[in-house]
Amino acid sequence: MNGARVIQTNALSKSYGRVQAVRNLNLAVEANRITGFLGRNGAGKSTTIKMLLGLIRPTEGGGTVLGKQITHREGNRKTRQRVAYVAEDKPLYRYMTVEQMIRFTASFYGDWRPEISRKLLLEYELPPDRKVKTLSKGMRTKLALLLAFSRNPDLLILDEPSEGLDPVMIEHLLQTMVAQAGQGAAVFFSSHQIAEVERIADQVCILDRGCLLLDTSLDRLRESYRRIDLVLPSEAAEHEFRIPGVERIRTNGRQVSVFASGNAEAVIERAHDFHAISVEVAPVGLREIFLETVKEN
Amino acid sequence: MTLFKLIPTSGQPLYLQLMQQIRHAAETGALQNGDQLPGIRTLAEELVVSPNTVAKAYSELEHEGLLEMRQGAGAFVCVKRRTRLLTDHVHAARAKVRDLIEELRENGLQDEEIRRAFEAELLIPAAIARKR
Repeated sequence: MNGARVIQTNALSKSYGRVQAVRNLNLAVEANRITGFLGRNGAGKSTTIKMLLGLIRPTEGGGTVLGKQITHREGNRKTRQRVAYVAEDKPLYRYMTVEQMIRFTASFYGDWRPEISRKLLLEYELPPDRKVKTLSKGMRTKLALLLAFSRNPDLLILDEPSEGLDPVMIEHLLQTMVAQAGQGAAVFFSSHQIAEVERIADQVCILDRGCLLLDTSLDRLRESYRRIDLVLPSEAAEHEFRIPGVERIRTNGRQVSVFASGNAEAVIERAHDFHAISVEVAPVGLREIFLETVKEN
Repeated sequence: MTLFKLIPTSGQPLYLQLMQQIRHAAETGALQNGDQLPGIRTLAEELVVSPNTVAKAYSELEHEGLLEMRQGAGAFVCVKRRTRLLTDHVHAARAKVRDLIEELRENGLQDEEIRRAFEAELLIPAAIARKR
């Protein structure tokens, strides 16, 4: 499935009354990759994911998951056998015990791996006999993750999986996501934790106010995004540095700070043309890119 | 336990960081001819990075001749004479850098200023650096 797309949307949109939760989203998620879906709270991440799974209907546009139309009810049911999904609110049956919940879920899926389920039950330190309704929020999240990770899906969709987990559990979670990817699952996860995405994702999609602002590989992002800080011999006009790739310029007298998504070489050359006294080039982390991108919107 | 440490915010693709660290380990002798590296999935889980990162680093190093991938058995280091030559280059470079740093310190520069100067110069692509 190399290079194949596990998720593809076409102008996918969802409105609630006059509020546009998702606007004209063209998303393409590749197989054999970990894709981070980054956005602020309320950016439209969960709405998008629910549309992908056929849980809510798009107002306009459409898409496919594992090649099946997301608005096609029968296709959807088949797709769900090959997709593992952890919802944002981690819904579970409150009256069941942990063990009953696991057995109940296992009965639905042909790809259930009992050995993984047993291993995670121990690692997550979940009490098998406790009723779901008496579990803490963190424990409930762990149980929801166990139910998804115990399967062997083609696509794993996780909506804010690290929400409510402590740092040790988050580390374990990221490791398990990497392991799932290693077994061939495409992983698509939403998060507002930038550091998580930056560590394990191959690809990052930034959603803000329902719009896709950025969809690029982390490799490309690391290679091409730079901040270039200059000190010039005399005050410079900002427009001199408006060249392709430059996203933002701040000037303060003879100091110029350039934020570039690429083409840093041209900025440096321009700086030399102006006989810059000092040229400092620094890499830009995903946090800064996220903040700059969202601010522009 | 692993020798490698990848820095997600360093402005360099993670697979390149891993390649450099494996190369460095071979040049310094930390990794010897015939040594086995963990499998792609194992190392990815250890480093908590995407398996694609490890796969790409391994495949590029295989291309360079520093690694040999054996089906089902993992990756093996093969240190050739060229690698040893590189070791000498690295030693020579370190001596040069040491002298330069000493000189800069004598000129009154703080270590932090020296580090920033090095980092800034390294981020300027080679093509432009030559022109200057």
